[in-house]
Amino acid sequence: MSTELVTMNIGPIHPSTHGVFRMRVTFDGETIIDAEPIIGYLHRGSEKLAEERTYTQVVTLTDRMDYTASMTNNQAYILSVEKLSGITPSERGVWLRMIASELQRIAAHSVAIGFLINDLGAWHTPLLYLLREREKILELFEMMCGARITNSYLRPGGVFMDAPDEFWPSLNRFLDEMPNRLDDIENLLTDNEIILARTQNVAILDKNDAINASITGPMLRASGVDWDLRHRNPYDYYEKISFRRPLGTVGDNNDRYLVRLHEIRESLKIVEQCLDLIEPGPVQPEEVPFLVRPPKGESYVPIEAPKGELGFYLVSDGGISPFRCHVRAPSLINLTLLRDMVIGYKIADLFVTFGSIDVNMGEVDR
Amino acid sequence: MGPVRESFIFEFLYCHLSLEASCSSVRIINIAFIPESLSWISFSLTAFFWIFVFVNAALVGVLALIWGERRLIGKFQARLGPNRWGPLGLFTPVADAIKVMFKEDIEPTLSDKLIYVLAPILMVVPVFMIFPIIPYGAKTFLTNISVGVVFVLAITSINSLSVLMAGWASGNRFAIIGGIRAVAMLLSYEIPMGISAAGVVIVAGSLSLSGVVDSQVIPNAIFQPLGFITFLIASTAELNRSPFDITEAESELVAGYMTDYSSMKFGLFYLGEFMATIASSAIIVTFYFSGWRGPSFIPSEIWFLAKWIGVIAIFIWFRATFPRLRIDQIMSLAWKGLFELSLINVLVLALMIAIWPDPTGMQLLLMTAINWIVFLASVYIFGKILSPNLTGNKIKKRSVIYGLD
Amino acid sequence: MTRVLTGSDIENILSSKFKNQIEFIGDDYVQVINKDSLDVFNYLKIDQNYDLLSSVTSVDRISHFEVVYHLTSLQKNESMVIKIKCGADRIDPNVKSVVSVWRGAELQEREIYDLMGIMFEGHPNMKRLLLWENFEGHPLRKDFVS
Repeated sequence: MSTELVTMNIGPIHPSTHGVFRMRVTFDGETIIDAEPIIGYLHRGSEKLAEERTYTQVVTLTDRMDYTASMTNNQAYILSVEKLSGITPSERGVWLRMIASELQRIAAHSVAIGFLINDLGAWHTPLLYLLREREKILELFEMMCGARITNSYLRPGGVFMDAPDEFWPSLNRFLDEMPNRLDDIENLLTDNEIILARTQNVAILDKNDAINASITGPMLRASGVDWDLRHRNPYDYYEKISFRRPLGTVGDNNDRYLVRLHEIRESLKIVEQCLDLIEPGPVQPEEVPFLVRPPKGESYVPIEAPKGELGFYLVSDGGISPFRCHVRAPSLINLTLLRDMVIGYKIADLFVTFGSIDVNMGEVDR
Repeated sequence: MGPVRESFIFEFLYCHLSLEASCSSVRIINIAFIPESLSWISFSLTAFFWIFVFVNAALVGVLALIWGERRLIGKFQARLGPNRWGPLGLFTPVADAIKVMFKEDIEPTLSDKLIYVLAPILMVVPVFMIFPIIPYGAKTFLTNISVGVVFVLAITSINSLSVLMAGWASGNRFAIIGGIRAVAMLLSYEIPMGISAAGVVIVAGSLSLSGVVDSQVIPNAIFQPLGFITFLIASTAELNRSPFDITEAESELVAGYMTDYSSMKFGLFYLGEFMATIASSAIIVTFYFSGWRGPSFIPSEIWFLAKWIGVIAIFIWFRATFPRLRIDQIMSLAWKGLFELSLINVLVLALMIAIWPDPTGMQLLLMTAINWIVFLASVYIFGKILSPNLTGNKIKKRSVIYGLD
Repeated sequence: MTRVLTGSDIENILSSKFKNQIEFIGDDYVQVINKDSLDVFNYLKIDQNYDLLSSVTSVDRISHFEVVYHLTSLQKNESMVIKIKCGADRIDPNVKSVVSVWRGAELQEREIYDLMGIMFEGHPNMKRLLLWENFEGHPLRKDFVS
């Protein structure tokens, strides 16, 4: 039976587009024939704004890119600035920002899993369980730097203040509790037949396609490629840390969920190791000037952000603000294959796949 | 006037109005004043009173359910739920209702005006018609029509028409997809629901709801578990509740067929949906939890109410726990799973009733045992052996592997 | 640790086949000639295993525009930077699209076109990405007054 094709605009105002994402989708009945992502509804021109701010001020702009993972954004930017200007960070500062970025990874993956399950129609229950854990991390951030979401905690050379004494017992309590909470979540979700039926063998992403489309992060690892920049290109002190990299076997939506869930467990282990290794000392070296003025040159330091490879390509002309600041945004690039992944599947799979890619519109549009 | 006069609560009020000769035995206080020749007046007055009571009770029930659902889901989701407005947040649904009433009533330009207005009315009205025929207690029912089971199945299927009308008339693509999905799903699930109800009728030997209650020496939920499970799943689908809420799937279709409805028209859909939950729960209690029956130290109405709240809580629990199924999975569950399971149930019951037409106590226990064996065997076969083919998606529990160093 | 190739390392890789293509050798990058740049990229991807295009970006050098490619080889765990100068002046900059080599460039090249105004020849869907279609100008250019 032949039916008329229906073209629909999904978004930018829609409950499960994770912000202001828009898709122009053509359906044949319930089956997707074509899907075209249309973005730019949250474009704030961060790259242009960065050219008019000093190197330290740009940190606040990076917070607002992927607003579920401000700490890792800070980290990527700061590493690039440090490489550009040749600043050697202080040891305690680096440990603190590693703790912060791993906690941020837990928070970001919690949000990703929560909203993925929410896109499956789970009426907010797993989402709220995960947001409750994220809330504890945000409270830890509040202790560390006074802010919860837009932290701006990192500075060239380390961080701007040491964590207070009451932070450490709270962090230990969180580390003790979190594995049990994760077990609860796994009991609820991992072997749930409906979730398995909905996510398995849907939107399978082939290993080579993924690499060719520059897809990075948990999405690439779910397709079975062992590529984690913390392991392959250890920045900061990741060399001194041992952790495992969970990899998917099929590359479907279920694998992307599983990889994120297991990465949370590994991040907890990383934070524990950081706690063993951190030692008292200054959090930022004395000699870092107030106005960083790097020599002419350029730098690009990719890091493993929760969404994938995040890097800031900075070009300096010797002034107090970057001549050019480009963000290699994993959310944007991971969207490249969305169309290929969803064609032939049902309407409902579109949103689940979109959720499993885990994009953040703040980062896509910048 | 036949079936209504069998009702004790109707007769009680009627006899305190009418001077009819047959009424004197029912009357407690002698206040009747309407002569027998004008019995239509007393009949109408009584009818109006009870209609008023039932409609309002249903509306208050909806408010209570909205409050209960939000509180209970709050507990499931590790949060408080509504707690600001009134003690324990009891007045929250009242505030909601007032808000909904005062919102701007928008009619989309592309809508088909007449159908657009009729759809929400058609959603609510049929549900009201279920409440009078349910036996709430040994004597508390308004009417006992002899084809109660058929009436219930007929009335509950009207809402699929309403959903299609709403989806079509909105002139919105989200709405039309929701409407089409609803028709496909609701019609499919009518069938296992009807066949499961046939199992109840076979055991009861009667189509009236009072007869169904009277027949349940052992509650049907225990006596025919297979029928109970299929009926419960099918009625969850009929109610558009999670995991079958594809018609209004929030994360896919915004609000499905009611995307373009606002103000009190939306309120009516909301009302109809919650009222259908209440009505369906009452039907499940009647069909499968032996209605008002229970040890007599507690009044039968209390028994009914307790079971009723219990069944509603099951529905709320479903909503808080399950993710949504996909449309093709839902259809194959109906046609490849529930349809066969309900047929097996009816077949087994019919055979046993043919062998033991009037079962004694021991025979009832034996039948229960056979039913349980059939239930466990068929659920095992369908759930474990056939389930990969049910959804067309060979699911397998898996875990991650770890990268080698 | 990912080995970041220096300019001379990249030259060693390229010089065997593309000696004439190399325009300039920097500290940690090599600038190749705009014309026939796809051959270089195809060689790097297929023969040298640079299978991941980390990032494509562009810089407004005031006198001209340049496009910067960050390539990574997952197997060898190496990364390199290739640059292309889009013409001698600011007028009508264009380069060859690498979408046929790496799909990952698709959205990034559209973004560059949108914000920097560099045309990518051979891109399957060359239109604005972030801004609306009749937006005037390209905001990341240094001459764009905000």
